[in-house]
Order: sequence, then structure tokens, then C-alpha cells
Amino acid sequence: MTPLSALLVRDMRLAVRVGGGALMGVLFFLIVVTLVPFAVGPDLAQLQRIGPAILWIGALLASLLALDRLFAADHEDGSLDLLLMGRAPLELVVLVKAAAHWITTGLPLVLVTPLLGLFLNLEPSAIGRTALALLLGTPALTCIGLVGAALSVALRRGGLLLPVLVLPLTVPVLIFGVAASSAPAAAPATALMILGALTLMSVVLGPFAAAAALRHGLE
Amino acid sequence: MRLSASGLACLRGMRAIFTDIGFELQAGQALAVVGPNGAGKSSLLRLIAGLLPASAGQIDLLGGDSDLTVAEQAHYQGHLDAFKASLTVAENLAFWISYLGGARRPEEALAATGLEDLASLPAGYLSAGQRRRLSLARLVAVWRPIWLLDEPGSALDAAGQARLTELMRDHLAGGGMIVAATHAPLGVECETLQLGRSAPSPLEGEGWGGGSSGVPGTLTLTPNPSPQGGGEQSRAPDQS
Repeated sequence: MTPLSALLVRDMRLAVRVGGGALMGVLFFLIVVTLVPFAVGPDLAQLQRIGPAILWIGALLASLLALDRLFAADHEDGSLDLLLMGRAPLELVVLVKAAAHWITTGLPLVLVTPLLGLFLNLEPSAIGRTALALLLGTPALTCIGLVGAALSVALRRGGLLLPVLVLPLTVPVLIFGVAASSAPAAAPATALMILGALTLMSVVLGPFAAAAALRHGLE
Repeated sequence: MRLSASGLACLRGMRAIFTDIGFELQAGQALAVVGPNGAGKSSLLRLIAGLLPASAGQIDLLGGDSDLTVAEQAHYQGHLDAFKASLTVAENLAFWISYLGGARRPEEALAATGLEDLASLPAGYLSAGQRRRLSLARLVAVWRPIWLLDEPGSALDAAGQARLTELMRDHLAGGGMIVAATHAPLGVECETLQLGRSAPSPLEGEGWGGGSSGVPGTLTLTPNPSPQGGGEQSRAPDQS
């Protein structure tokens, strides 16, 4: 196995073993989406209208939930030192860790979206649009969060700092994500393209910024 | 192959841990870094491993692979073992072998450190000494010319110590180099690098890292035994 594929397999294995964070995000997503109808009340038309926005906010918070452990866990047990000393470029190491994180936490969110869409009285077409927008947008959330996770790696209680650093940067993704999930009258195709551009940008820039933060944070 | 370091200085926070340290190691030689707690032994190892920025000085590996940095040709065994509690012993080791680019099979390395019976146990169940043995297995499984060992003998029982000595001998005989921070005798023939402090409290005095030795708060390297009293000469051949 090559160094990077070994890392991908290890991180995915860790996420699904006891103590890993793979299911936590999905459970949190489920809780947020089931609580909203209780708070909003049994107005089906209103739920249908705000459904995509609720799904997006739930997915955004859920994908941030496990992010603070992304580098902190490796830092605490000394693995990060050895990862830094390896011969693979750090940017690629960081990208692979992000990919493993997205596969184990971002992708499950996309997969449960159709089920949760039913809870919110969404039409099949709206469910499809939301799932597609989430599929396109969640990698951006992971890669933006990656930078925050790398910056807060050496801090105790860095988990509290992470959302403060990261949430403002995720606002464009949220705006265009919700727009891409909305009714065809609002031209979701344009929003979908901008969402794709945001994802491509963060996938390219995120690993470089995170690797720089990790290198700079050496102490 | 030759590992040489000169003029190394390490600043952590606003405090000089040590200044102007140098040493030279030939293939097959070991260096024991000794000194009181807080003298900067671990910092020196992390600096060679590229995990701390050196504020001055440089480290070169002559005769090594010129495409790789010194850190990429070194093993670092720190206080932390870098093993995941929820993965089995064999999975942990297999991952590091793949990641670090080793050619040996995990089973061989486990046998070399006496852990072959524990291969399928989650690493979280291992005792401190067994975890130490597992990190030794990583050193054996992947060839790196330089071993940077921080307290290599800690938590090991007598049999473990004997295996450690044997593995270090094999590594040196194979042309490797060892830099070990240690309080106990290393068990192999080695030179000694003494890190010491010239003032009892590094927080006193304002002249940290001012360049001259003997400034209060500056930790300087003194030869052992010191010929010139508080000088900053580096190496003292001390065959033990």
C-alpha cells in the first residue's frame, strides 16, 4: 500500500471503530432536523418552504462536529509528529485526511438527507435537489473546517475556537447551498455552479492553508 | 555517512533552551544526550527531527539521500507512542510500515520485539512497556539511518532493555546512527553530549540568548568534564 492510501484506510477505520466520530454527525443531523418541526409547529406548507434551509444548517453543524478531532487526536498521541516526518508532501497528507473525514462524516449526511427530507414534507424533486447540493457542498465545508482544525490543533479546548474561526467562512457555502436546493423558479442551476466553484476552490486552497498552519504550529 | 550539527540554538517562547550546540556522528556511532531535567534534551531531538524550528545553526547528513531532508531519514521515538488505541497491534504497525515506506512485514518486527502473541489485540490494552516495545518494532520494521530516541529504556523490563540494547547494536553495526536522550546508561558504546544550565533559574535575568555564554538564563553546552568552566565547546569523547 502506498503511504497515502494507507493513511486513508487507517483514518476511515478509526472513524468507524469504537470512539470514532462517523455516526455522531449523522445522529446530530437527525436530532436537529427532528427537533425543528416541534419548534415550528405542524404547518406543513411552512415546513416545506424552510425544509432545505433546515437540512443545510443541520448538515453544516454536523460536519463541524467531528472536525476538531481531525488533527487534535493525532497530535495528542504523537502520530502527528510522525506524519510530519514522513516522505509524503504534507499538503497531500492533509488532503487525504480531509477525504477520509468527508467519506465517513460528510457522505453519510448526504445519504440520510432523502429520509430526513420526508420528515420536513419536502417533495421528491426538492429532496433530490437538496441531496445534490449537499453532495456538492459538503466537501467545501470539510476543507474550510480543515484549516480551522489545523490552526487549533495545539490548543486545549480548541473545539470551542474552531466554530468561531470556521463558521463565518462557511456562510457563502450555506447561501448558495440553500439557493441551489430551492425551487426551480429561483434558478438553482446558477447557484449550483457557484457552489461547485466554492468547493473546488476550498479543496485546492484548504490543504495548503492547513499544511502551512500545521508547520507553523510546531512547538 | 555523517550527521553533523553546528551552532544549534533553540528558543521556546521567549526563552533560550540552549545555544551553540554542535556534534558530529559517523555511521555506526551513537550519541547519548545527557543533562538535568529541562536542559533541552527532548528539544534537541525534536529539533533534529524537524519538529521544532532551529533559531540558529544547521544540521546536515552527509552521504545520505540528497533528495530527502534529515528528518525524512530519521526515526523519532518520543514520549508518545503514536499508536491508536482502537486499532490492533498489527494494524497499527502495518499502517506505519506502509506510511513510512518500510519493506519488512509487521510479523517479523513484532517477533524481534517479543510482541508476536499480542498482534491481534487492540493497542489500547497494552501496558506502557508493551507500547514501548511496539514503538521499537516500528524502528526495526522501517529502515532509517538515524534513530532519535527520547528515554528509550523507560518503562521497559530487564528483558526489554536487553532487546533494546541488542536492536541498537544491530542498527549501529548496520551503519546506522543513534542520538538518544537518556538518564540511564545507554548500554552501547557512545559519545556523550552534556546539556547543562549555567544559571539555576532561567526566568531570572534579561539577557536570554544574547549570544555570549554565561549570561543568566542562557543554557549553554558544557563539556564533561569542563576544561574551561562554562565554555560552549561541543563534543567530549567519553567512551562508556
